[in-house]
Amino acid sequence: MEKYSIVIIGGGPAGLAAAVSARDSGIESILILERDKELGGILNQCIHNGFGLHTFNEELTGPEYAAKFIEQAAERKIEYRLNTMVIDISPDKVITAMNRTDGLFEVKADAVILAMGCRERPRGALNIPGYRPAGIYSAGTAQRLVNMEGYLPGREVVILGSGDIGLIMARRMTLEGAKVKVVAELMPYSGGLKRNIVQCLDDFGIPLKLSHTVVDIKGKERVEGVTIARVDSRNRPIPGTEEFYSCDTLLLSVGLIPENELSGNMGVEMSPITSGPIVNESLETNIKGVFACGNVLHVHDLVDYVSEEAASAGRHAACYVKSLTQNAATAETDNEDSFIRLCPENGIRYTVPSTIRIRHMDESLTVRFRVSNVYRNCYVSVYFDDERISRRKKQIVAPGEMEEIHLTREQLLNHPGLQTVTLKIEEA
Amino acid sequence: MESKTLTCICCPMGCQITVETNGSEIINLTGNTCKRGDTYARREITSPSRTVTSTVRVTGGTLPAVSVKTRSDIPKDKIFECIRCLKDVSVKAPVHIGEVILSNAAGTGVDIIATKNVEAQK
Amino acid sequence: MYDILIIGAGVSGSAAARELSRYDLKICVLERAEDVCCGTSKANSGIVHAGFDAEPGSLMAELNVKGNEMMEQLSRDLDFPFRRNGSLVVCRSEKDLPELERLMKQGAANGVKGLRIIDRTELREMEPNISEEACAALFAPTGGIVCPFGLNIALAENACVNGAEFHFNTEVTGLTHEDGIWKVHTSQGDYESKIVVNAAGVYADVFHNMVSEKKINITPRRGDYCLLDHAAGTHVSRTVFSLPDEFGKGVLVSPTVHGNLLIGPTAIDIDDKEGTNTTRDGLDQVLEKSARNVKDIPYRKVITSFAGLRAHEDGHDFIIGEVQDAPGFIDCAGIESPGLTSSPAIGEMIAGIIRDILHPEEKKNFIETRKGILNPSELTREERIALIHKNPAYGNIICRCEMISEGEILDAIHRPLGAHSLDGVKRRTRAGMGRCQAGFCTPRTMEILARELHVDQSEITKSGGNSKLIVGINKDSIRTEDGSEDRIKTDSTEGRN
Repeated sequence: MEKYSIVIIGGGPAGLAAAVSARDSGIESILILERDKELGGILNQCIHNGFGLHTFNEELTGPEYAAKFIEQAAERKIEYRLNTMVIDISPDKVITAMNRTDGLFEVKADAVILAMGCRERPRGALNIPGYRPAGIYSAGTAQRLVNMEGYLPGREVVILGSGDIGLIMARRMTLEGAKVKVVAELMPYSGGLKRNIVQCLDDFGIPLKLSHTVVDIKGKERVEGVTIARVDSRNRPIPGTEEFYSCDTLLLSVGLIPENELSGNMGVEMSPITSGPIVNESLETNIKGVFACGNVLHVHDLVDYVSEEAASAGRHAACYVKSLTQNAATAETDNEDSFIRLCPENGIRYTVPSTIRIRHMDESLTVRFRVSNVYRNCYVSVYFDDERISRRKKQIVAPGEMEEIHLTREQLLNHPGLQTVTLKIEEA
Repeated sequence: MESKTLTCICCPMGCQITVETNGSEIINLTGNTCKRGDTYARREITSPSRTVTSTVRVTGGTLPAVSVKTRSDIPKDKIFECIRCLKDVSVKAPVHIGEVILSNAAGTGVDIIATKNVEAQK
Repeated sequence: MYDILIIGAGVSGSAAARELSRYDLKICVLERAEDVCCGTSKANSGIVHAGFDAEPGSLMAELNVKGNEMMEQLSRDLDFPFRRNGSLVVCRSEKDLPELERLMKQGAANGVKGLRIIDRTELREMEPNISEEACAALFAPTGGIVCPFGLNIALAENACVNGAEFHFNTEVTGLTHEDGIWKVHTSQGDYESKIVVNAAGVYADVFHNMVSEKKINITPRRGDYCLLDHAAGTHVSRTVFSLPDEFGKGVLVSPTVHGNLLIGPTAIDIDDKEGTNTTRDGLDQVLEKSARNVKDIPYRKVITSFAGLRAHEDGHDFIIGEVQDAPGFIDCAGIESPGLTSSPAIGEMIAGIIRDILHPEEKKNFIETRKGILNPSELTREERIALIHKNPAYGNIICRCEMISEGEILDAIHRPLGAHSLDGVKRRTRAGMGRCQAGFCTPRTMEILARELHVDQSEITKSGGNSKLIVGINKDSIRTEDGSEDRIKTDSTEGRN
């Protein structure tokens, strides 16, 4: 069986950044397994610009951003296999995968980095009633057809969901000659960036209907129209508010779900909130030497944060691998390490990571989180056990945007016996 | 005197900024919460501009289309003219990031460049 | 001139075709859709009923029990997924116990083996997720589950291999009988035949009434379903029914042969024979009623919902036989539940009727068995390595949710009565049937279909007809001259609402 120090599952932005950083941390033997026919992942179909402002200080398109990381991986001669599907990872880190040329094969890894990304929620998950004709696409499927293959999946479009992919596709379909009639959003606010609402909808006069959902789909062979209706505070359609839009296409942009079937099967513990693994400060899961980063861990809003997080996972995976050879005992004593729990409360949905072992922590730790509602003029407060140690004024926080705070090692060391770090939203 | 309202894109607040103009002169600007909103609204009123991204057909490549963009922003009212210029453009693989697909698109002085590598089909 | 024309390539028509293909007969199945298994046969519970529901002495009772007994051997002969997982009829109130007793007696009278009533304790041992209210259940060990597509496609393929023709996109528009010959008018021209078999599902009354004075009436009875991801597939291990009411067997909760969890159906009588749309009310009912017998169903794992139509005839029994005032016209009508279970027996019965009319010779070279699409996940590691080595397409995974390879899709396209649409591939291989509901594999499967069928991708449909997946290429509708149709808003004051 082939052996690698680190095997990375997925060659998208997370996998690539993790590989580059692991190599820069001194690990020679790295393998990326990618299921698509090229590296770069979903970025290859995100041809709009706006990527990379944080990372490269310039506005890039998705494929350009991906290309920069692909180049970095190539310069470092990092090994990868394309068109390769991982079908199983065992708890002792034997990866079973297959492709056309190698057939069914196994590789043994000292450390595994999970970077499989996420998938879109399908129509069925929303229980949208109606017929099941052609012309109903998740926004990402339409994005692939339009942006990578140059095919138009429809001419008159209704979009359900105002997440960024839905907004971006409204503009893309319009520019390629389709008429986007309306974007309906179930929530009373959009999950997308303000910039996308202005530049993808307002620029083209596309109406955004908040607190609306699709209640019927007409058309037996191809979509002929959809009915949307206003919803009440419990998200139930309000009778009498139905409006029919004739169209041949319904795009769904109704949420992303981390792709964790492999992780779950190998015994990685999952968070019911993020649908991603529960990780510690090193982005390590409950299985020693198995790390996670990017959208498989929690759905991000900006790819720059994915790259940053993945670099951290790569670095920690490298440390783990080195600790195996340098001091076989380290791994053992880890189990006895005490840890600090991170507690999301009052308006904070989750944090990544969930636990901190001070001994393994960098000088500074980025804690990412999302809020559960739109809050204006509030504070994001941090408590060390019962003591509030900081609060940051925010004019606005919204579920669509990932937030972060930073904890320093020194801060934590100054509170001996600290058990819980709590994050909460407090009224101003 | 004219009055326009626009949504600020600088942060999730999305301030509704009202701008009063007299011809090309900005008389009054209200509704913004911070300086960034002021800057954004002034630019958006006087010379709104956008980067345009799209695709053109590729022949003989590993993919049938390649993504492209305007190298920099172009005036907002030139977006569709720019798209029209691309309608009949087809390039032969290989195409690489940064290669000029169409120069001086729609008379804006801005080139349209490839944003993806599409290699020739073996 | 055919000996036999069969209207409808659903499970009944295909079963009849297969049984008839044992004889030296010229057979053609006329199907208005682009594939087999496109009507009632594709959207149902996939249950092999034990046979205690139907009235003793009815055709339903007889063919249900017989079909159930035949299913196991047939699944081996024709290689489709079938599992005898057992079924439970749950009683939630002591006062309904007599009803369970009645069902058990009825089952015994119908010849169902092994029926017994189990108490609260045994029920919980069998199904830990059964509702707290459940106080007893009728256990039927012979109940089973089957892949409805698998069964229908297997029957049709085997019939085809044995010489039966299948003409798709061929809609029957009329029937005339002259000099002992049936003339069948279709959207593709006229056909002639000695015998016509009417296996037209919800349309069987239309064709029956064209040829007979003794009218029948079929009401489409819609059933809405929700399908849950594999992760929920072991929530129950047997099929869990409610006590039946006037609309039938009620909402069931069942594992499927492919490891999903299925909940449904509703029973709503409608007028539209094409009304396969789900409704909010219907789906709400499914969710609500399924929770009565089984607790903690993980509804977050629902991946799709669908509706099917049962062909409910006023007399509520199968109508199978030669129509009295239309010699040579054989009805196979009113085939609602337990139609799928009964289909092997229905096929045999129809073949028997026709054998008595035409007295055909038996074929010497009838091919009794059929190999289904190879399922690599059932192979050993070594076998799978060898398979990919021999045919690398099996190493190329197209549908990541169900782990379906290009090899399986190629097989589905190129075998007898092969797939030529996305749904055709899906029903044969399960590609696109998983948790992402074809989000990822749609473009890839389209590409493979176009390549293998030598057509442009724009020709590929979801399910034939006008169900095209792409409508053009980027910018094809944009005029290159200076147009006034620019959709850009230069004035940002509008656009929001």
